[in-house]
Amino acid sequence: MSKRVYITGIGIVCAIGNDVPETLLSLLAARSGIGKITLFDTIHKDVLPLAEVKMSTSRLLQELEHTGAKYLTRTALLGMKAAGEAVRSAGFRKTDGYKTGLISATTVGGMDRSEDFYAGFLENPAGGRLIDIINHDCGDSTERIADFLGIKDFVTTISTACSSSVNAIMLGSNLIKTGQLDRVVVGGSDSVTKFTLNGFNTLMILDKTGCHPFDENRAGLTLGEGAAYLVLESEACVMAGHKKVLGEVSGYGNANDAFHQTASSPDGTGAFLAMSKALKMSGLDSAEIDYINVHGTGTQNNDLSEGIAMERLFGEHVPPFSSTKGFTGHTLGAAGAVEAVISILSIEHGVIFPNLNFTTPMKELRIRPVSALNLGHAQIPHEIRHVLSNSFGFGGNNSSIIFSKCEAKSIEQ
Amino acid sequence: MAYINGIGIVSPQLTVESKGFPTEVMEYTADYLKCIEPAYRNYIDPIQSRRMSRLIKMGIAAAKISMADAGCTMPDAIITGTGLGSVEDTEKILSDITKDEKFLNPTPFIQSTYNTISSQVAIQLKCHNYNSTYVHRTFSFESGLIDSLMQMEEHTASQILVGAIDEMTMNHLQITRRIGQWKMEPVNNLRLLENMTPGALAGEGAAFFVLGKEKNGSAYANLKDVKTCINIKGSFNPNKEISTFLGNNGLDARDIDLLILGNNGDCENDPIYAQFADHYFPGKALAWYKHLCGEYHTATGFGLYAAACILKNRVYPEILHLNKVQPKKFENILIYNHFRNTNHAFLLVQGF
Repeated sequence: MSKRVYITGIGIVCAIGNDVPETLLSLLAARSGIGKITLFDTIHKDVLPLAEVKMSTSRLLQELEHTGAKYLTRTALLGMKAAGEAVRSAGFRKTDGYKTGLISATTVGGMDRSEDFYAGFLENPAGGRLIDIINHDCGDSTERIADFLGIKDFVTTISTACSSSVNAIMLGSNLIKTGQLDRVVVGGSDSVTKFTLNGFNTLMILDKTGCHPFDENRAGLTLGEGAAYLVLESEACVMAGHKKVLGEVSGYGNANDAFHQTASSPDGTGAFLAMSKALKMSGLDSAEIDYINVHGTGTQNNDLSEGIAMERLFGEHVPPFSSTKGFTGHTLGAAGAVEAVISILSIEHGVIFPNLNFTTPMKELRIRPVSALNLGHAQIPHEIRHVLSNSFGFGGNNSSIIFSKCEAKSIEQ
Repeated sequence: MAYINGIGIVSPQLTVESKGFPTEVMEYTADYLKCIEPAYRNYIDPIQSRRMSRLIKMGIAAAKISMADAGCTMPDAIITGTGLGSVEDTEKILSDITKDEKFLNPTPFIQSTYNTISSQVAIQLKCHNYNSTYVHRTFSFESGLIDSLMQMEEHTASQILVGAIDEMTMNHLQITRRIGQWKMEPVNNLRLLENMTPGALAGEGAAFFVLGKEKNGSAYANLKDVKTCINIKGSFNPNKEISTFLGNNGLDARDIDLLILGNNGDCENDPIYAQFADHYFPGKALAWYKHLCGEYHTATGFGLYAAACILKNRVYPEILHLNKVQPKKFENILIYNHFRNTNHAFLLVQGF
């Protein structure tokens, strides 16, 4: 049993970087990863922007040099790349006897290749290459990543739309706290697909100019892709390995908005409850939150609902906040983990990364996001100790999580 | 551990109408076993159900039946497991975008999201509590049960609604037949084991359970423990896993009264069950259930229902017998399932 859950490794691949150092550089340079669609053919090609990972599927295959890799989906490959980096950064050996699990989140699984299959299948029931459909389901990418990492003590996959990977971090933390695992790789992976692009387009919530989170003139979200993973370890594991600790998971909450399948409630009930639960578990006072990495998709509905929930919870003292989706796009099932990595970088470097594309405050809210890179000034603390990260999804699946700085001496106590 | 306080099953059998395990068995000669759908108006507002796809309606109906059975109005958590979610909606979008990317209907996209059923149930109940969905092949439902048991242990929930939902469609059957998952011809479900050929008999179903920290007056059984084991490059050691699993629960193989196996008629898969039973549970009563519901990612939902009914009624229906041995007691049932020798799972269910 471990009362505390430590973060000992992080890995990421997203539109602004193929690994953690590249991602950090782009964040510091306020460089967005949103651009034109290059990965697949679509009528939306020059109309809708995307935040693609700047690596083709064949380059990912080459880099990973995985036997049988030609069967893999982009979701699995992105996941292997990011989870591999997380495991390397935590520096554990597979054979050290600690019970190790993998919990991965995804919303599309192998859809990129199912699309190819379906085109052939619709022409002829014997058509379509089977190799393109056998990896369709969500569990496939997780098992490929587990195989790649040599993890076999516990494996599962979560899909709760855009909050998926926060729920993966929560489940992993619970498995460590109850002693079922000593260590767990948690996160998510989603590739951009024609399926999701068209799906979101039918809802008319894609911004043709790239997302403007928390801006009065916001016109929707921008889809992105990527994968990110954290390595979580128990107290015993960290002490035995004399690990460098990047932070800890200090609280989390999952609540349902129970309002509408795709729209958030006007009073932000689900968001309010998720944040309140996370704060309660952490035992922190709301004033101790130094930064909120908001869900902030850039849709009319989300940003208003989330903003109202923050004002309800924090009153006159809403902490500095920003949406980093202007950098990475909305990476759906990976978003919670992508933003977890960004939150940990924020703690590590004492920086609040800016909310890109913000110009005009929303008229319904008193609050406005941090819109320029802030290395600490009068209103913003130099030290980022506690970060709250929100991930809210379709179906009202809302989850919030708090990451905290960890002093070396507090681990030894 | 958690008490199974209520159950709702939509399946190819007469499970909606029956109080307890159905006495009349549905016999089919079919490509796959299709669910007998209930009268949805009893469970869902017709205006809402009009736009819902079949799996969503089956899921909501099963969830409501289980809650009525348990007398539960507001669970502390809603958790679902599904291997593929709404296949019908997913296929609709795939086929639409192949033809044309214009004038698409948003409804199939919204419903294709894997968490649609857990969130639809939350919306209908106005339930703001914990809500999650697991989507890992034949670990989907088991992962939901593991999460549930952990929440009971951690005292974060005392009543949990947990479900297992998957559907089959003709297109999906055609595709997965080509992969070699299913029998190539229609088969008689009650004679499934007479001609052992490659491929299983496919099926579908929606099974919901209300788990409680406390047992209610009509409780079925106690879900003691659940374990999933992934077999990557031969990492699964059944001997070690089963003895640890039973040992953690203060039991050994001798304490198991009945073993419920996942035999599905596939001559490549079923021998693994026979070896497991012969090796670790020789002479024990053996049961099976997939001839009644077919094979699908969350079929153990039906298996758990069978175990719960056996323990509650202390009756072992003949249709479930896989060998001629009768259980000596109705105390400990072990459910063992595997999917292509990769995903192995154990569920321990106890009477009281």
